[in-house]
Amino acid sequence: MSDVAIQVENLSKQYVIGTAKIRHDTLRDQVAESVRGLFRRNGQPSSDTDTIWALKDVCFEVKQGEVLGIIGRNGAGKSTLLKILSRITEPSSGSAKVYGRLASLLEVGTGFHGELTGRENIYLNGAVLGMKKAEIDRKLDEIIAFAEIEKFMDTPVKRYSSGMYVRLAFAVAAHLEPDILIVDEVLAVGDVAFQKKCLGKMGDVAKAGRTVLLVSHNVSALLNLSHRAVLLDSGRLVQEGQTNAIVGRYLASNYKDNSFQLSNAQRLGDQRATIEHFEIRPTPPRTGAPLDFIFSIRRSNSRKTDLLVNVAVCIYTEIGAPLLQLHSRDMGLEFAIPPGKTQLMVSLEKLPLVAGRYRLDLWMGSGEHHTDYIEDCFRLCVDHGSLDGNNFVEENKFPVLVPAVWRKT
Amino acid sequence: MLTTDQLATPVIVIKPYTGLFQLRLKELWQYRELLYFLVWRDIKVRYKQTAIGATWAILQPLGTMMIFTLVFSYLVKIPSEGVPYPIFVYAALLPWTYFSQAIGRCASSVLVDACLVTKVYFPRLIIPLASVIAPFVDFCWSFLVLLGMMAWYGIGPTWSLLATPAFLLLALLTALGVGLWFSALNVRYRDVGHVVPFLIQIWMFASPVAYPVSLVPEKWRLLYSLNPMVGVIEGFRWGILGNAAPDFGVLAISSVMVLALLVGGIVFFNRVEKTFADDI
Repeated sequence: MSDVAIQVENLSKQYVIGTAKIRHDTLRDQVAESVRGLFRRNGQPSSDTDTIWALKDVCFEVKQGEVLGIIGRNGAGKSTLLKILSRITEPSSGSAKVYGRLASLLEVGTGFHGELTGRENIYLNGAVLGMKKAEIDRKLDEIIAFAEIEKFMDTPVKRYSSGMYVRLAFAVAAHLEPDILIVDEVLAVGDVAFQKKCLGKMGDVAKAGRTVLLVSHNVSALLNLSHRAVLLDSGRLVQEGQTNAIVGRYLASNYKDNSFQLSNAQRLGDQRATIEHFEIRPTPPRTGAPLDFIFSIRRSNSRKTDLLVNVAVCIYTEIGAPLLQLHSRDMGLEFAIPPGKTQLMVSLEKLPLVAGRYRLDLWMGSGEHHTDYIEDCFRLCVDHGSLDGNNFVEENKFPVLVPAVWRKT
Repeated sequence: MLTTDQLATPVIVIKPYTGLFQLRLKELWQYRELLYFLVWRDIKVRYKQTAIGATWAILQPLGTMMIFTLVFSYLVKIPSEGVPYPIFVYAALLPWTYFSQAIGRCASSVLVDACLVTKVYFPRLIIPLASVIAPFVDFCWSFLVLLGMMAWYGIGPTWSLLATPAFLLLALLTALGVGLWFSALNVRYRDVGHVVPFLIQIWMFASPVAYPVSLVPEKWRLLYSLNPMVGVIEGFRWGILGNAAPDFGVLAISSVMVLALLVGGIVFFNRVEKTFADDI
């Protein structure tokens, strides 16, 4: 089979967890542990030397020129798989055969140094990613143009805005020309316009006959770019097939409808106050019917002062396209959160969404500053309903629905 | 694109590694440009955002020389084999400053570049290798000062000056040999970060930086010359001042020690580098 790019066979990776192998362990700990071991009876290993299989017997194949998506919730083993295939860490057993020059992008801007200028970092980053100096010389102008930061090429990157930094980093990565490219989550960076540009560039890479392995939480990016996908769960390969089917199964397996779930959620912010619970009333929500969103917020009693915050509910389609946002700032409102528990509610008179499934992010913060930002923690499942009380609205491809006045003039 | 020939055999096979060690010199050679860029980065970044920049490379050995001259020559009255003490000590401080910088940086090199280790594949040996090459630039600056001092004291260069690169290489290999052990251990045991500065300090007093070898009692000489830096420093003094040539027996012992440290260091580094990304 000469058209195989990557062949993965029974790949497994075991990690030791528990106190026996904590990070940054010191010689003293090691000595103390050995001494304790001497006094332990029967020589039984301590119960806390547990191991987990981050990957277990994973088998799949990637064909030349194929774009394969890898999907799974946090901790499913996606990153471990990519790390093994990028040769950053070794598997515990099994093997993978890679046919071709492989480059991996587990992060944009790997090796960037803040003190060096944009131009210098292009060389450094390029070399780190495996480009030759001559190759970088040749592509330099193209990279600079792609990053749209011509004016700042001789400024140290520590003075860059985060957007500029990411654009530069991605520009270098986008000009790699390996046979096989491994990409992790990096699409979730930059502003929307630049994301589109990157997606376009990635599409070009795929069209140019290169093999791409793509891991992303961005389901719509996966749907756009890859035809085939594998679904991982707790280190095992659960299903392999058309991206549509795999994404469908992933989304279905992932959520309970209309309930607050932190298991898949990414959480950001300084946590000076936290969103403890979130619910909607009534359930199930209905198109055109009133709906209340209720936040339970907690601020530690040890805090002496109130915290002024804005609160927002961000609504996305099931595959992650932003749809609408209920933001207290848009209504000119700020809330003082005292120590202890606080409940906030935002109400819609008529829910302007057609029947279907939606994803929510919850946000609390001030200005651009995150206090508690929980991505993807609620799945809103809307039932059929009516805007005017009479006419039932069917599920359709336009998710947002607003009342309009129709008349003959 | 790839030829069918290349496709028939895998380019990379990823599986758990079982053998004792593999050096993969060929791969190291393939990544030589990365080595170049890492050295270049270290040199560029070293004196960024300092007011006097690379002048530090000159001030440090010069300052140490002055203090040593004051303490060891004026107060303790250590003999300097008929050479003015300042230049006697500076000739030793040149390789010593290089060595202490190289070993210090090498010991923390893998940790400092943790972001690379956890995100990209390349032969890990490149990181410590780059870290012992970069301080060479500082050495060059302070060497210029030495030439100035030689002119000042009216000491003409001799042919033996041409031998100094060989001794510098010995210093580099010593720093690498010891540094490899530390850089690898540092990933698991952060104790290394506390041990190294202390070790460098002790090591300096165990090397003939501030005093001549002739002060060491004859019966301890053999043990003393197990320290490779003895050969390096004696070699430098000979190269620069053109006085008594170093004892070649001592040099041979030093070289064998360095070789043993280096081979051991490479094997050890090679064995543990596979878990760097998990342990760091």
